[in-house]
Amino acid sequence: MMELVCPAGTPAALRAAVTAGAHAVYCGFADETNARNFPGLNFSREEMAGGVAFAHARGARVLVAINTFPRAGGEPLWHRAVADAEAAGADAVILADLGLLAHAAEHHPGLRRHLSVQAAAANPDAINLYTEAFGVRRVVLPRVLSVEEIAAINREIDVETEVFVFGGLCVMAEGRCSLSSYATGRSPNMNGVCSPASHVAYAEEGPELAARLGGFTIHRTPKHAPAPYPTLCKGCFTSGAETGHIFEDPVSLDATRLIPALARAGVAALKIEGRQRSRAYVAQVVRSFRAAVEAQEAGRPLPEGALARLTEGQATTTGAYAKTWR
Amino acid sequence: MPRSHFPRVPPALRLAAGPLPPAPLGAMLGLLVRHLAREHPGILRRMGPHAGRSFLIDPTDLPFLLLLRPATGALSAHRRTWPPAHDARLAGPLAAFLAMLHGTEDGDALFFSRDLTIEGDTEAVLALRNALDDAEIDLTEELATVSGPLAAPLRRTLALAERITGLALHRAEPTGDYT
Amino acid sequence: MDLTIGPNAFFWDAAAVDAFYARLAEAPVARVAIGEWVCSKRLPFWQDAIAAAVERLQAAGKEVALASLALVTLKRERRLTADLAAAGLTVEVNDLTALRHIPDGTPFWVGPMVNVYNESTLRWLARRGATRICLPPELPLASIAVLAAAGREAGVAVEVWGHGRLPLAISGRCYHARLHDRAKDGCQFVCGEDPDGREVDTLDGQKFLVVNGVQTMSQSTASMALQAEALRAAGVAALRLSPQTGDFAGICRDYAELLAGRMTGAALAASLVGRVPGGRLSDGFPAGPSGAHWSGAA
Repeated sequence: MMELVCPAGTPAALRAAVTAGAHAVYCGFADETNARNFPGLNFSREEMAGGVAFAHARGARVLVAINTFPRAGGEPLWHRAVADAEAAGADAVILADLGLLAHAAEHHPGLRRHLSVQAAAANPDAINLYTEAFGVRRVVLPRVLSVEEIAAINREIDVETEVFVFGGLCVMAEGRCSLSSYATGRSPNMNGVCSPASHVAYAEEGPELAARLGGFTIHRTPKHAPAPYPTLCKGCFTSGAETGHIFEDPVSLDATRLIPALARAGVAALKIEGRQRSRAYVAQVVRSFRAAVEAQEAGRPLPEGALARLTEGQATTTGAYAKTWR
Repeated sequence: MPRSHFPRVPPALRLAAGPLPPAPLGAMLGLLVRHLAREHPGILRRMGPHAGRSFLIDPTDLPFLLLLRPATGALSAHRRTWPPAHDARLAGPLAAFLAMLHGTEDGDALFFSRDLTIEGDTEAVLALRNALDDAEIDLTEELATVSGPLAAPLRRTLALAERITGLALHRAEPTGDYT
Repeated sequence: MDLTIGPNAFFWDAAAVDAFYARLAEAPVARVAIGEWVCSKRLPFWQDAIAAAVERLQAAGKEVALASLALVTLKRERRLTADLAAAGLTVEVNDLTALRHIPDGTPFWVGPMVNVYNESTLRWLARRGATRICLPPELPLASIAVLAAAGREAGVAVEVWGHGRLPLAISGRCYHARLHDRAKDGCQFVCGEDPDGREVDTLDGQKFLVVNGVQTMSQSTASMALQAEALRAAGVAALRLSPQTGDFAGICRDYAELLAGRMTGAALAASLVGRVPGGRLSDGFPAGPSGAHWSGAA
C-alpha cells in the first residue's frame, strides 16, 4: 500500500493523525530548524519522544523535519535537532541542506534520511547525487513535476519517492524562493516561515479589507467576502493592463483523483500538507485519504468528494501534476 | 459558499444576558481561566511571548465582550459601549469560537470563510489558536470541575443547552481508531 | 575585491547578446559566467552567439564559465546540462544536476541559485571542487562574513550579489505566458518582449516584483553601492553584477571605480537611479529589515 504521510503541528494533531489512520506522521521541533516554524506550533524534546511512543505503539512511523538551511555560525542548533530526533526514536529525518545531510550521514549513519522537498531535487541526476553522496532513502519531489515526469524519474532512481497530494500549494520551486524575505526579511529557507503572520496587517478601507505583508498589499476583498491569508504568491497584483492572481489563484492542492496514476508512476508515499492546521482538519483529511489508499490498494473506485467541505469556498487544483498547469 | 452555518445564540438568551453577564457567570469565567492555565500549562508554554498579549473576544451574538490575558489568567466581561484596549481582536458568533475550541472546526477554515475575523496582532492570534488546539479542552468538563458540588447539574444543563442551541459545549471525540 | 558578471537572466536575441558581450569585453571586470539559466526554451535562439562571446571575453583576458540551468526537469534539459560539463570550460553550477556530471575534483563555480547557507555546505562543495561560490542573495551580512571566512580557509572565493534585479523564485509555470493567457508549452516566447522583465505592482500601485518567464525577480535593482566597504571588510572576494539593458558596461566601470576608491558609494548610487530599469534600488538583504529595503536616501 502507498504510505500516507500526515502532518502534525502539535502532539494533539499527531495523536489525531495516527488515530485517523496515518501510516506516518511528520513533525518538527519548536524552533527555526523546521520549515513550519509558526507561533504556538511544534514539539519540545519531551513531546517528540511522547509522540514517537504514541505512534510506534499503534504501528505508525514518525518522520522529523529538520528542513531549513542551517544558519552560518549557528549549525550546532541543527546538529542537536538531528541527534535529538534520533534519541527520541524517530524513524527518519527529513533534511534539505547539503552540509546537514553530510553531518547526519557521518554522525548518525543509522538514522534514515529523507530528502526534503526544500532541496528541490527535480530530476534523476540530482536525486542520484543525493543518494550516492548521503545515502538518502526517500525523496520528497518538488511540486513542479507532472505525473509523467514522476514516472520517468522513478524509472531512473533506486530510492523511494513521496509526493504531495493535498493541502497548500507552493507554486515556486520550494527551497529556492526568497519572495517572503524580500517583503518581510523572513524566509522559508532561513527562518522556516513564509509570509509570516508577524508581518501581516489587515485594514478595513472603505468597502474593502486590505491585507498587507511587510507593507505590500497582497489582496483587497469586499467586506464579508472570503479573505484568504495573504500568502505572497497567491496575491492579486497588476501588470500592465492585467490585474489578477498573476502567480497562482488562492487554490489548494487536491490530487485525490490522481492516486491511481501516482501509484502507477511508482510513488511510494503520499504526503498531506498542513502542519499549521487544526487536529480536527488533520483527522478528517487523514481518514479520507486512508480510505482512498485502501481503495486504491484493493482495486476499488476511490471514494468521492469526502474532502469538499475542507476546501469549501476554495477552488482546488491538481497543480503541476497536470501539464496544462504550466 | 454558505456563509456561516453556525447557529446564533437565541435572542431571548441574549436579552437575558444583559449588557454584562450576570455576576455569578462573571466570577465563573475568572475561575475557569485560572483552572485552564493550571491544568493545561502547555497553553502558556506554546504561546511563549504571545501569552502576554491581550485578546478582545467579540462573540457577535452576545451583548458583551470578553478580554483575555493568558499570561495573567484573566478573563473579564466588558460592555460593548466601552471596549477595553487590546492587542488583537477576534470576532464571530459564539458557536464558531466554541467549534474552534473543541476541535470540531479548523481555525484556518474559519478565518478564511470570515466566520471568525481577526484584527491587530495576527501572530498572537495564531499562537493562541495553535496552543488551544493542542490543549484539547472540553469546556463542559472544565466548567464542571470548577463548579464543585454543582458539577452534576451543570453537566446536565450544558448537555441540554447543547441540544437546544447547537453550540459545541464539549470536545469532539475522535471517531475511534481507523482499523 | 573584484567584479564577476553573472549570466543574463532575460531573453535577448542573438544580435543583442553579441553587442552586449562585445561591449562587456572592454569593461574592467575579472570574469564572466555566460549561458541560459532561466528557461531552456530560449537557448536555441541565442546559443550560436555563445562561442563567439566566450572567445571574445577570453581574448580580453577574462575568466569565463558556462552557467547551468537553475531548474532542470525535462530530458532535454538534463542532456543540455550534461553537455555543458563536457564542453571543456569551467561550469557554473546553478542546480546540483550539473554537479552530477562534473567529475569529482574538477574545479567549478557555484551560482546564487544553489543553497549555500552555512560553512558545512560550503566545505562540502569545496571538497567536490568548488573554487567560487556566489552566495544566495537573501543572506544577511553576519552570515556573509562567516561564509567568507570559511571560504578563505577552504580555498573558495566568496561572491555576493552586487547589482541587478534579484532572482527571488523559479517555478515550473511560466508567468509571462500566463499573463498572456498562454501555457508554458505554447508561450510563443513572450518574455522576449520584456528585456528587463515585466513589472508586477500591488493593487495599491506599489512597485514590487518582475516576472521573467518562469522566474520571479525584484522590481528594485539590488545594488551593493553603499555596502561595498562592509562586504570588503567581511572578506567578500567579488561582487556579482547581473546583466541589464542600457549602458551595462558603463555600470561595470563605475563599480570598478567604487572598488578602486575613486568613486563614493553615494555617488554611484545616485548615478544608478537613472540607469536601472524601473529606477529603484535596494540593499535590504545584507543590510536592512527586508530585501526590498534601501539604505540610502530614497
